[in-house]
Amino acid sequence: MPINYYIFLSLALFCIGIVGVLTRRNAIIIFMCVELMLNAANLLLVAFSKMHHLAMGADYPTLASEAQVFVFFIMVVAAAEVSVGLAIIVMLYRNTHSVDVNFLNRLKN
Amino acid sequence: MGITAVLFWFLSALAISGALMVVVSKNPVYSILYLIITFFAISGHYVLLNAQFLAIVNIIVYAGAIMVLFLFVVMLMNLNAESEPPQKKRYLFFAGVIAGCSLMLVLVAALKTSSAGNQLVQMKDGDIGLINNLGKVLFTQYVFPFEISSVLFLSAMIGAVVISKKEILHPE
Repeated sequence: MPINYYIFLSLALFCIGIVGVLTRRNAIIIFMCVELMLNAANLLLVAFSKMHHLAMGADYPTLASEAQVFVFFIMVVAAAEVSVGLAIIVMLYRNTHSVDVNFLNRLKN
Repeated sequence: MGITAVLFWFLSALAISGALMVVVSKNPVYSILYLIITFFAISGHYVLLNAQFLAIVNIIVYAGAIMVLFLFVVMLMNLNAESEPPQKKRYLFFAGVIAGCSLMLVLVAALKTSSAGNQLVQMKDGDIGLINNLGKVLFTQYVFPFEISSVLFLSAMIGAVVISKKEILHPE
């Protein structure tokens, strides 16, 4: 599989995530589309790590493992971000009884 | 080459259709379920690239913990299909779709003619995705970020608890 196919697949997932963030009004769905974008980036990182391992894996054996360690840390950060973000959404819902971002946009006090 | 290519296209179609259904469906619970399908398809891609540890961690962390957390929050708020109001300004909806599609068009056009795009990706083989090699790199070169990530989790946990504390002194 040429790397082009993985680039286009990851690009499609990322742009679908962007369309979801810009279009939907539910705060939880927006958050889920952000997670989708993160996963698209993870997939592209792993694909590139295998490409570079094929190209120069004989000279630098641990070169491509670092990309997969990076993906691991991206998942770590995503998990921490989801817990804090959902706590914020739950508190907003508890105060205003709405998860509509157009309504939450007007909380200027 | 045959079974690998078939699996690649099948998993790609599954991932893209799952992502489209996440964005399109009205019910938030359906969106969460389609996103779980998308995560399984991406884990299948990781297995195809022989990144076995990342495939399992993706399923356990993303589909197993994060999506279950989303599902708890949606069930707590009792969201269903009719609780989402329709977009009052239609042009914002079309502006969002056109912005996303034009980004994809620009990037595809920019990357389509690059000659470096035909380099092959090593699939089904390769030792670097196996857990012992990954563990060696993680615990020797990257042990400091690994320990710092535990501090990150501690701060995220404390933050989540502090944010969602009920105020007792607030009058009703």
